[in-house]
Amino acid sequence: MTAPLIDLQHVWFHYGKRPVLKDISLQITQGEIVTLLGPNGCGKSTLIKVMLGILRPLKGTVRYKGSDLTGLGSKYMARQIAYVPQTHRSAFPYTVIDVALMGRIPHKTFFFKYSKEDLRIAYDALGRLSILHLAERPYTQISGGERQLAIIARALAQGARTMIMDEPASGLDYGNQLRLLEQIARLARDGYTFIKSTHSPEHALWVADRAVMIKEGQIVADGPCGEVINTENLHNLYDARVNIVKLAGSLLACVPETIGGLRGQADKTSRR
Amino acid sequence: MTGINERDSILPRTGGFFFPVLAIALLVAVCGSLTLGKYPVSLRDMSAFFLQKIFDAGQMSPEAYQLLGNVIIDIRLPRILAAALIGASLSVSGAAFQAMFVNPLVSPGLLGVLAGASFGAAFGMVFLKSWIAVQTSSFAFGCAAVLISVGIAKMYRGNTVLLLVLGGVITGALFTSLLSIIKYVADPYNQLPAITLWLMGGLSHADAHTLGLVAAPQMGSILLIALLAGYLNVLSMGDEEARALGVPVERVRALLIFLATLASALTVVTAGTIGWVGLIIPHIARMLVGPDNKRAVPAAALIGAVYLIIVDDVSRLLFSVEIPIGITTSLVGIPFFAFVLRKSRRGWS
Repeated sequence: MTAPLIDLQHVWFHYGKRPVLKDISLQITQGEIVTLLGPNGCGKSTLIKVMLGILRPLKGTVRYKGSDLTGLGSKYMARQIAYVPQTHRSAFPYTVIDVALMGRIPHKTFFFKYSKEDLRIAYDALGRLSILHLAERPYTQISGGERQLAIIARALAQGARTMIMDEPASGLDYGNQLRLLEQIARLARDGYTFIKSTHSPEHALWVADRAVMIKEGQIVADGPCGEVINTENLHNLYDARVNIVKLAGSLLACVPETIGGLRGQADKTSRR
Repeated sequence: MTGINERDSILPRTGGFFFPVLAIALLVAVCGSLTLGKYPVSLRDMSAFFLQKIFDAGQMSPEAYQLLGNVIIDIRLPRILAAALIGASLSVSGAAFQAMFVNPLVSPGLLGVLAGASFGAAFGMVFLKSWIAVQTSSFAFGCAAVLISVGIAKMYRGNTVLLLVLGGVITGALFTSLLSIIKYVADPYNQLPAITLWLMGGLSHADAHTLGLVAAPQMGSILLIALLAGYLNVLSMGDEEARALGVPVERVRALLIFLATLASALTVVTAGTIGWVGLIIPHIARMLVGPDNKRAVPAAALIGAVYLIIVDDVSRLLFSVEIPIGITTSLVGIPFFAFVLRKSRRGWS
């Protein structure tokens, strides 16, 4: 059996005295789209930073392709795994191509100068996400969705085949959220591995193979989205009653059981 | 695919033509300033002098040659070169700090280097007397202030950038208070006026000897910051993103702070405290060549050098008495900053 892509064994992490991750064990296989679900403050972001090697676990091990993360250089890891943070604005209006070029840093020496090849790779990354027209636009003046794509372009330019995204859809309008999921699905078909956290279980139902549910620093459910994302688990996770509804096609949707006294008309046969 | 052609046309990135223009501007500023001063030197005199000096070909009398050599080489040239180095050092340090602290309103004094160096100089003037001791004390306390700021930031856990800023505020306040004590105990007839004048900044002490001491480390710092400017872009995206891009954030930031501190502490050693340059010039550089620090930092160095040469010319020529350059840079800088703010705010509001 080949080693899993990312392998966490009994990982503990504390901020001060407060434990944030409690004995987390999790294996990610190459090519998976894994969604991390959980309420605010459950430890999703911390888990993401531990997987990236930005934070060191206090106990337990994190392995990448069988080797302990502590022994792997940060440049090497940056060529393997890219980090896509929540959408944010920079104080300086760097152009989108400048942002994408930053992805080339893990391939450079300490005193570096971008080559024509770097520029070509950065432009290709923009092209793959269909945002070539934004290349010379200031990063601060494009929409949140476009900014998120610019950061994903930077991740592509990094050459990493695994992308770890911290709530990539938060702060985006509805259309941009769907377009972002579309891009993730497309890249996943090309063989990229995705680990993303989200506050929207529907996003997991639509674009993910596997859901990992985290509550108070512990994994409470882990499995295929269609099985794990159910009324009981969502209630346990968010203290909210939600039905999963099968739509005419193959998509699933989350519908609240009651809102303002109105009852959702969930079809009992398709309820999971 | 149209992308290919588009790519080729974009390759020589916008703003590239500014660099030759700025380099020529610097040369013109240096040569022009050599002719300016109490003793009239025309461009003809100067070219005749340099012909004789370099090619040993000319018909100048030995007395005239001697006199011009004294004026141009011994007095004016060191001062002009010192001005250029100070302008470049402050501008580059300012650009580095603004990017590192993700704040366009930051100046090189953020971590207390100027406050520390000011205290050090005043301390030297009252207790140490010799000029080289004053310079050494100024440099030492400038560096000590930054070390204290970094130390305060290291004592606590949390957002390093924010803690560094707080450390800088504390250290700045500390050394400003200590400076007040020195001023209070200083002899009000000789020492206090000297301290006050020195704090206003001025290049009248910038001779060949001082220049010889500071030029190499200053040039080195400017050059290294320019070479590391690519990291400034990444650092301004936040520590975690930079780390995820494989950048050794702590080490790179420590190195950049060290270089910026070295460069700006040495400006105080040569010419006292000169404000506003490190704040405004990076903005002008970004306006001209864009926010990418790989271009903005070298541009800031050149613009800062030209700017300070010109402001120093104004300081020494405008009135019969020389005005402290710190006052001139503020007076020129304030309205200019108001204007630049209007123009460049769009990017970071």
